[in-house]
Amino acid sequence: MNKKFLIGGLLMLSAVVYLVFTAMSQGSQYFLTVEELLARREALQGRKVRVSGAVLGPSIVYNPETLELRFIIVHIPGDNDEIEAQGGLAAVLKAAVNDPDRPRLPVVYYGPKPDLLRHEAQAIVLGTMDENGVFQAEELLLKCPTRYEAAVPTQAADE
Amino acid sequence: MIGWWLVNLGAASIALGWFLAIYASLAAFWGGWKRRIAWVLSARNALGLIFFLLTLATLSLLYLLANLHFEVAYVHSVTNSPMPMYLRLTALWGGQAGSLLFWAWLMALYATTVAWRDWTRDREFLPWVVLVTGLTLAFFLFLVVVLENPFRRLWLTPTGDVVEALFPPRGAELFYPREGRGLNPLLRHPGMILHPPALYLGFVGFVIPYAFAMAALMTRRTDARWIRLTRRWTLVAWFFLSIGQLLGSRWAYDVLGWGGYWGWDPVEIASFMPWLTGTAFLHSVMIQERRGMLKHWNMALIILTYSLVVFATFLTRSGVLSSVHSFAQSAIGPAFFIYIGVTFLASTWLLLRRWNDLRSVRPIQSLLSREAMFLYVNVLFLSILAVSFWGVIYPLLSELFVGEKVTMGPPYYERATGPLFAALLLLMGVGPLAGWGRTRWERLGRLLALPAGLALLVVLVLVFQGMRSWGALLGFALITFTGSVTLLEFVRDARARRKALREPWPITVYRLLSRNPRRYGGYIIHLGVVVMALGIIGIEFFQYETQRTLALNQRLQVKEYTVEYRGLQVFNTHDGRQVARAVLGVYRDGQFVGEIFPRQDFYILEEQPMTIPGVYSTWEEDLYVILVGWRPITTEGATFKFYYNPLVRWLWLGGWVFALGTLVALWPQPQPRTVRVREPRGVQPVAVGD
Repeated sequence: MNKKFLIGGLLMLSAVVYLVFTAMSQGSQYFLTVEELLARREALQGRKVRVSGAVLGPSIVYNPETLELRFIIVHIPGDNDEIEAQGGLAAVLKAAVNDPDRPRLPVVYYGPKPDLLRHEAQAIVLGTMDENGVFQAEELLLKCPTRYEAAVPTQAADE
Repeated sequence: MIGWWLVNLGAASIALGWFLAIYASLAAFWGGWKRRIAWVLSARNALGLIFFLLTLATLSLLYLLANLHFEVAYVHSVTNSPMPMYLRLTALWGGQAGSLLFWAWLMALYATTVAWRDWTRDREFLPWVVLVTGLTLAFFLFLVVVLENPFRRLWLTPTGDVVEALFPPRGAELFYPREGRGLNPLLRHPGMILHPPALYLGFVGFVIPYAFAMAALMTRRTDARWIRLTRRWTLVAWFFLSIGQLLGSRWAYDVLGWGGYWGWDPVEIASFMPWLTGTAFLHSVMIQERRGMLKHWNMALIILTYSLVVFATFLTRSGVLSSVHSFAQSAIGPAFFIYIGVTFLASTWLLLRRWNDLRSVRPIQSLLSREAMFLYVNVLFLSILAVSFWGVIYPLLSELFVGEKVTMGPPYYERATGPLFAALLLLMGVGPLAGWGRTRWERLGRLLALPAGLALLVVLVLVFQGMRSWGALLGFALITFTGSVTLLEFVRDARARRKALREPWPITVYRLLSRNPRRYGGYIIHLGVVVMALGIIGIEFFQYETQRTLALNQRLQVKEYTVEYRGLQVFNTHDGRQVARAVLGVYRDGQFVGEIFPRQDFYILEEQPMTIPGVYSTWEEDLYVILVGWRPITTEGATFKFYYNPLVRWLWLGGWVFALGTLVALWPQPQPRTVRVREPRGVQPVAVGD
């Protein structure tokens, strides 16, 4: 009897491992910086990845008729500690958009233009790199660090 | 002035509560170890006192929130003056510090209630139950008092900085901000009022069966007594945990505006994981009660559940993962890790020490028996747990060891858990029909023939209608199969009873339920799951979406619906929102059926937009429309996202059925009328009835 259960347990275990591996090949996405993506462009072509960068305000072009949204993101470090060391996310984003030597990535996205898409916002895009070096985004997430960092209140009563 | 007193009262209460929790743990341990009942009773009194103190602290914080005492940093961070009273009060769990206090208060409530039950028959458990609840309280109060104190105030230092501190820094004056930052707009929704407390009631509730499990291990009284004592506690915890997650899904569907109800967000998974082990536990303990088997499993499951409950609180409250649920980064992460590690290792060590005491009364005889079915249930739930845990932990491991950032998207979870959920659904149909000990294939086959036939019929009809998705066909087959098995069980029992007793139908059903609430409550829960599965399959396999910019009076066809853009208003509300509200006429098959109003609320003070969908809901499908863009001046056109969500209403209906079933299962089991005799030593009482 014990043998049966042992075999059953092993079968179940291998089934779960198999499920996890097949699912991972489709469900896991690399989270890269612009620099990393450009360096591994060949290997990653056609594969779904997530990229984070600073939005370059003047590059935003939006056509409300076709919902085509184009903009450029600039490389920022991916590591949280590194960002903190450079003075926090807001400072990092500001430095990125003002540095013409940093790697840049053109992005195209079809959909309504989010309110938060502005100069110096952090964009996180999910999609694939096409053969022309344009990032085809399916998902667009934006973060504006300045808003929540105002931890210290600004207004005081006159007491 | 009242505010000043209440801040001090609250801060003093939680600090004293923390010391008392440490005292209670030590006294309970000493009393349990040296068998000194006086110490144990003193520890128990300490628990009651902690509950009283935490009630004072919670009431103080509620007063400060209601009256907008912005000099208190927590109040400043979660309220502002436009917020109505009910939101100010529910802001108690709208931020980190407050929600931890609330957690601790609930824990003290449970601990006190359980400590004051009648212990005459189980005196030896008392010290260890007090010890475990006391230690848990001590840990959470440590967080509340030392790391995330909700009574910290804002101070203006002589150098002009504003700092947050419990005691005034040298030379500093109290600082009164004119306005607070307000509750995160996403949390200002009726669903959000109940979702967090329900989840917390669930999380905290599982501490009680865990405490009894540890008590059983300590005292070596490892029969089913601890399980019987905690059965209803477990059910209550499980009920709230389930309800909490359903409310969260509903909130996501109604408020988050992405057309879904569950996004496999790490924090969702965090609250789902203790639910998985808790559900397995709930099933598995029945086998220990009835047959004295699976004892190791039950211990392991409840230990895991406890660790996962703390882990879930940690994930939601530490900011280690970013999601809609988590608040800012904070220092509580390492403390949580140490606590989870220590309690998990200690309880596992205890379990291993007692391994031989937990041997089964008899082995499982056949792979095709009720006992074996419950074992498969355990294995499947743990497999889903493993898949989910891997998905949450893999990105962290990958970054740590390979230096590569990876995220696990919903496709991973859907693909990996889908087959496991399907297997569970199948087991839900076969399990209740399998007999104890050994079942013959012929008998099982006879019982399953009709449901299997029905399932086949449904599949044929669907294929004939043109459905080609294998996953969906399998899903509908399983739903038909398991649903009809469960209903047939009901009907069969009711018929037998009616035949014997000749009662009218309503009385038959009522008596059936009240005679064996556990069995039929369980069946109703299973039916609820089946109905929910219908909704999940509908939206997962057949959701259709499109987006379009519509000019005024322009129409768009979405499946059998026609939508007409009729106008848009932008206006300000008195609670600080700017609302853009579109009006859409909805036609179904050419017939006008109503108007829907997708809108965007922009919270002016917080600079945060919030998208509320317009939904036209029927039992067949939801037409779910989101307003994503408009041109403010001309109002000539607006952009919408249209979702066609089949069968999703069944998901919510299933949730109600599920909750109803749990309530039935909680109904007091009728005591069999017996002559009271003294229990001979060493003999276990056996439950009568199924």
